[in-house]
Amino acid sequence: MKKLVVAFGLLLNFNAFAEYGVNMTEGVTSVSRDIYGLHMMVFWVSVAIAIVVFGAMFYSLYAHRQSKGAVAANFHESTKAELVWTVVPIIILIGMAVPASKVLIDLEDTTKAEMSIKITGHQWKWQYDYPKEGISFISNLSQDSRDAVNGTDAGRENADNYLLNVDKRLVLPVDTSIRFLITSNDVIHNWWVRDFGVKQDANPGFINDAWAKIDKIGTYRGQCAELCGKDHGFMPIVVDVVSKADYKKWVVKQQAAKAAVVASATKTWSKADLMAKGETVYNANCAACHQKTGLGLPPVFPAMKGSKIANGPVADHINIVLHGKGAMPVFKILNDVDLAAVMTYERNAFGNTGSVVQPSDVKSAR
Amino acid sequence: MSKEQAYYVPHGTYWPIIGSIGIATLFVGFANQMHGVEWGGSVMALGFAITVFMMFGWLGQVVNESVSGIYNSQVDRSFRWGMSWFIFSEVMFFAAFFGALFYARQLSVPWLGGADNNIYTPELWNGFKTGWDAIAFTTPGATLQSGVEMSVPTQLVNTWGLPALNTLLLLLSGVTLTFAHHALRAGHRHQIIGWLVATIALGSAFLGFQIMEYGHAYHDGLKLTSGIYGSTFYMLTGFHGFHVTVGVIMLTVILYRIQKGHFTADNHFGFEGVAWYWHFVDVVWLGLFIFVYWL
Amino acid sequence: MTTTHDEHHHGPEKGLMRWIKTTNHKDIGSLYMWFAFTMLLIGGAFAMGIRAELLQPGLQLMEPQFFNQLTTMHGLIMVFGAIMPAFVGLGNWLIPMMVGAPDMALPRMNNWSFWILPFAGGILLSTFFMEGGAPAFGWTFYAPLSTTFAPDSTDFFIFAVHLLGFSSIMGAINIIATVLNMRAPEMKLMDMPLFVWTWLITSFLLIGAMPVLAGAVTMMLTDRNFGTAFFDATGGGDPVMFQHIFWFFGHPEVYIMILPAFGVVSHIIPTFARKPLFGYSSMVYATASIAFLSYIVWAHHMFLTGMPVAGELYFMYATMLIAVPTGVKVFNWVSTMWRGSMTFEAPMLWAISFVFLFTIGGFSGLMLGIAPADIQYHDTYFVVAHFHYVLVTGALWSIIAATFYWLPKWTGKMYNEKLAKVHFWWAVISVNVLFFPQHFLGLAGMPRRIPDYSLQFADFNFISSIGGFAFGASFILLTYIVIDCIRNGKPASARPWEGAKGLEWTLEPKAQYHSFNTPPSRKLIEAESQNS
Ligand code: HEA
Ligand code: HEA
Ligand code: HEC
Ligand code: CUA
Ligand SMILES: [Cu+2]
Repeated sequence: MKKLVVAFGLLLNFNAFAEYGVNMTEGVTSVSRDIYGLHMMVFWVSVAIAIVVFGAMFYSLYAHRQSKGAVAANFHESTKAELVWTVVPIIILIGMAVPASKVLIDLEDTTKAEMSIKITGHQWKWQYDYPKEGISFISNLSQDSRDAVNGTDAGRENADNYLLNVDKRLVLPVDTSIRFLITSNDVIHNWWVRDFGVKQDANPGFINDAWAKIDKIGTYRGQCAELCGKDHGFMPIVVDVVSKADYKKWVVKQQAAKAAVVASATKTWSKADLMAKGETVYNANCAACHQKTGLGLPPVFPAMKGSKIANGPVADHINIVLHGKGAMPVFKILNDVDLAAVMTYERNAFGNTGSVVQPSDVKSAR
Repeated sequence: MSKEQAYYVPHGTYWPIIGSIGIATLFVGFANQMHGVEWGGSVMALGFAITVFMMFGWLGQVVNESVSGIYNSQVDRSFRWGMSWFIFSEVMFFAAFFGALFYARQLSVPWLGGADNNIYTPELWNGFKTGWDAIAFTTPGATLQSGVEMSVPTQLVNTWGLPALNTLLLLLSGVTLTFAHHALRAGHRHQIIGWLVATIALGSAFLGFQIMEYGHAYHDGLKLTSGIYGSTFYMLTGFHGFHVTVGVIMLTVILYRIQKGHFTADNHFGFEGVAWYWHFVDVVWLGLFIFVYWL
Repeated sequence: MTTTHDEHHHGPEKGLMRWIKTTNHKDIGSLYMWFAFTMLLIGGAFAMGIRAELLQPGLQLMEPQFFNQLTTMHGLIMVFGAIMPAFVGLGNWLIPMMVGAPDMALPRMNNWSFWILPFAGGILLSTFFMEGGAPAFGWTFYAPLSTTFAPDSTDFFIFAVHLLGFSSIMGAINIIATVLNMRAPEMKLMDMPLFVWTWLITSFLLIGAMPVLAGAVTMMLTDRNFGTAFFDATGGGDPVMFQHIFWFFGHPEVYIMILPAFGVVSHIIPTFARKPLFGYSSMVYATASIAFLSYIVWAHHMFLTGMPVAGELYFMYATMLIAVPTGVKVFNWVSTMWRGSMTFEAPMLWAISFVFLFTIGGFSGLMLGIAPADIQYHDTYFVVAHFHYVLVTGALWSIIAATFYWLPKWTGKMYNEKLAKVHFWWAVISVNVLFFPQHFLGLAGMPRRIPDYSLQFADFNFISSIGGFAFGASFILLTYIVIDCIRNGKPASARPWEGAKGLEWTLEPKAQYHSFNTPPSRKLIEAESQNS
């Protein structure tokens, strides 16, 4: 009930609209501002036409009522009038088409780019590759949002940016012309960040591109915008736009971390360490389908508990996780340690009795 | 009621509901068959039988009514409109598959090779070679998303072998059918039967050669699973072959009806409807020959 | 040659068999209408499920997968089960009477067109009970989500679509044959009422578009089961190709659902303005232009698939062009009202609100048509708002308007005008509470087809859901009004609306089971023509 009151209060109070977001954002790139301009132009033109058309209609509804004694006229044709209302709309439309074409041609031109990011959609997470810098990672819905989905109202309010937060953000430099190369690994996704004016389908087998030159430091959020299956609503995008200097620092740090992982992949891990790491990796990457409980969602997503593969030979297990099968994604993108950990976890959690998988096993299977 | 203004309105009928049950059964059986359900095949066969029964019954009723002279020229015209727009809908059905063919040849295959705004795509397909017939040969990773292994043909169908012969046969059959029509108009019964038999023979020969050609192609590894080339090849020629089969069956029925003396020189919609259908199948083949086999 | 078995044609058979065996256009029309209404309730119940889950953030009622099933089936059932059959039903009932014919041209096939539908609908709905659940890939079923990544029930969905396609194609053929061949000999094409015109043109859309849909689902079927690669890049295909084929059908499809609506409104407005329809011939040409354009704009649904720029520009221009003939229609309706002598019975209220609300939906359509701007609109609730304004307050509105307008002719009785007015205001207010806030949601960034949303969208979703429940409940009243009319309505006169024109009003109050056994005269046709 309280909500209802708030809601209707809101409807009456136009100032509150801005706060609650009723209009398109202007965004932080030239493209997004152009789009906003087009949007507002077409909107106001429509309003103007509506005022004229509906004005005439309501006037006649009011003035030409039988109850007021109106007597029907008998005219039913006027070539002149019809010519006017064919030609005038055409002129208006041409007036809209010209600026729209300019914006379109500009936003499709990605040749000015100074750097590229490759974005790959997976069911239901994003993979980001920095080809030149050799950085590559996966970005999942953050765990607190995931936990709050079926939880309480308070849980959702406490979750940091409920449903719009990820475990690892895309980091981009400010004032740099960036080309996004967008593709998918399974079904069609769509990478959308409102504030950049970038929304582009991720088609499996093809690469689409888009560009943005972001002129304000900050955090920007978006969502997958193409139905991609069960968790389509749960694959957000978060981008940290940082100064060029900070960006360089970030790159160096990522590269160092990667080197550390490569180093640790050569050593032999203890089962306990693998299990602990494996649980996190599992919850982030696998639980969407196979479920936290390991029970899966048969018949589409098999259970891990009692799975023949998870309890069988290591080679088969590594094979399906590395190479995928049908709706089971390819997980080459995870590093050897994560993969070894997650498989060890799958083989020993949920009452399973499989062996331990070492990073070196994964490495040699690649 | 006045004579010139007579409308024909038929009685109630059971055939449609039987037909609905028939095709619904057919489809449900088919779907189950594909999912490996034991009884799928038999249910499918049952549905097919019901459908065939309905066709016999319904069309038989129409034929009887027509022969007993209760139709007027208006009904005849309705049938004509019906048949022509039905054929148009068939044209649009084939258009979807031709559309797929053109799209794949002109757009998606070149794009996969990096044409136009897809310059970055080859990154995904190291070693991809573009080119229409090459598609099934050089795509790396020869397993489709669905897990099906792609079949790589060793050679493609030779345009100037069986397909060219088949083109000749079908074109010829169009001509013989037209002769049959002329004979019908002129009331020469023996000639009609002769030309019709010739048409049916040509159509059947076409089908025979088509099956032979499929045999060769299959042997050379050109299968439904040979990528988009195999997909469009078999779906287009397959649906066409199916239409030829239906056409041959219909022509046979017409032959039978002619022997029964159903048609007169100026009242023979049944014949003409089938003839239109046959010419349509003919024209589709020309499209196939040019775009699937030749270019 | 004389007519046949005239003595059998006085009245309908008795019992259930009447409905199963019938070849009478009025019976079949009624069957279609009741079928469509049932589907509307089922599809509406799914929508209530959607709105209930979206009432608040978080997942309260269902799993995401089930939510997607509801969305998908809601779209499919409404489009193929409710709106299209309702229009075919109206066409069946009205076209023979409007062109002065005794029945449809191919009455037995007419029966089949209908009796396929319950089977198709049954197969479609039965997927809910299958392993893996109903289709969950949206009513647009984009590959590969609907091919490699879909449950087995998808094959049943595919066959249901095939059946629906057969039905629609046969129905369209029948209407073409009826209009062109059964029309009273004295009636010229430019004498035909607009509802007949719009349906004739719609039939061409159906015959051109439905087979392409059949082709699309057939390719899906083979991709799923026989290893073809139409929509798989690994084999040289392209998932975007699916979208091209689908929307080549899909866009004409949305006009299939609106052209007959234009026809209905073009009857009701002149009647209650007591003034001839303004610009009859331009209405006809505008309808034809819309139909033509609808075949060449399909990729405006695909601005973000990565089409080449030239393609996007072309589809943007073509899309914008549609505003011109549609505008002609809107202006003509307003001109018809202008200086009329208006009264506001229920059908008129629905028709006026149609003009108002459909145009709002048209404007948002135009905004979507601006390709660069579509970047921000695409796949958000702005699109959802757009198409519900054109579909619910457009197509569905006209169906309700038509029901009230012709109900006296169908039943020979009058509905309860007071209740009908209450129902109208209830519906028109709640539907706006339901769909208007969705514009804001979309602009603020809420994607469509999501079962849960971040907290800033909570308030508008809440309002929208409340409006949804209220709108849903209005259908209970509608059902009551219609049944009450059939059971207890006061007898209506043959021409219950003062300004109504059209051959159907020259029949008995409840149109006789076989009307126009002899074609109407030229004089009568001219007197009842909209083009005079
Ligand atoms: C009855 C159904 C119907 C109708 C009539 C329309 C009418 C129009 N539609 Fe709509 N549309 C849908 C049903 C319909 N649509 C559906 C179901 C979808 C979503 C599908 C899905 O993805 O699930 C959709 C989606 C959709 C999109 C894709 C959005 C996206 O997914 O990103 C676009 C883009 O261009 C679009 C455009 C238009 C246009 C330009 C019109 C025009 O015809 C509107 C013309 C009317 C007017 C403009 C108003 C009256 C005119 C005047 C008063 C004259 C003066 C006006 C001017 C000069 C501006 N529609
Ligand atoms: C063709 C016509 C049509 C009609 C009439 C409607 C009617 C309605 N639609 Fe529909 N809708 C579509 C076509 C239509 N829709 C399409 C094509 C989609 C896209 C699907 C997709 O994304 O794939 C869609 C998607 C869609 C969504 C977006 C879902 C999503 O993206 O996740 C929503 C959400 O609010 C919605 C809501 C409604 C509501 C509340 C109604 C109401 O108007 C319904 C009112 C009717 C009733 C409620 C039934 C009658 C009443 C009873 C049975 C009484 C008892 C009921 C209760 C009160 C519980 N629709
Ligand atoms: C997009 C959904 C999805 C995600 C995410 C996912 N899987 Fe799977 N997984 C599947 C599907 C579907 C199958 C069944 C494949 C088949 O047999 O066709 C499967 C099968 C498996 C199997 C074989 C089980 C058996 O008994 O057949 C293993 C092991 C497995 N996955 C491990 C993992 C691991 C490890 C992860 C995370 C790193 C993961 N999966 C993430 C969908 C998923
Ligand atoms: Cu990914 Cu939606
Ligand atoms: Cu469209």
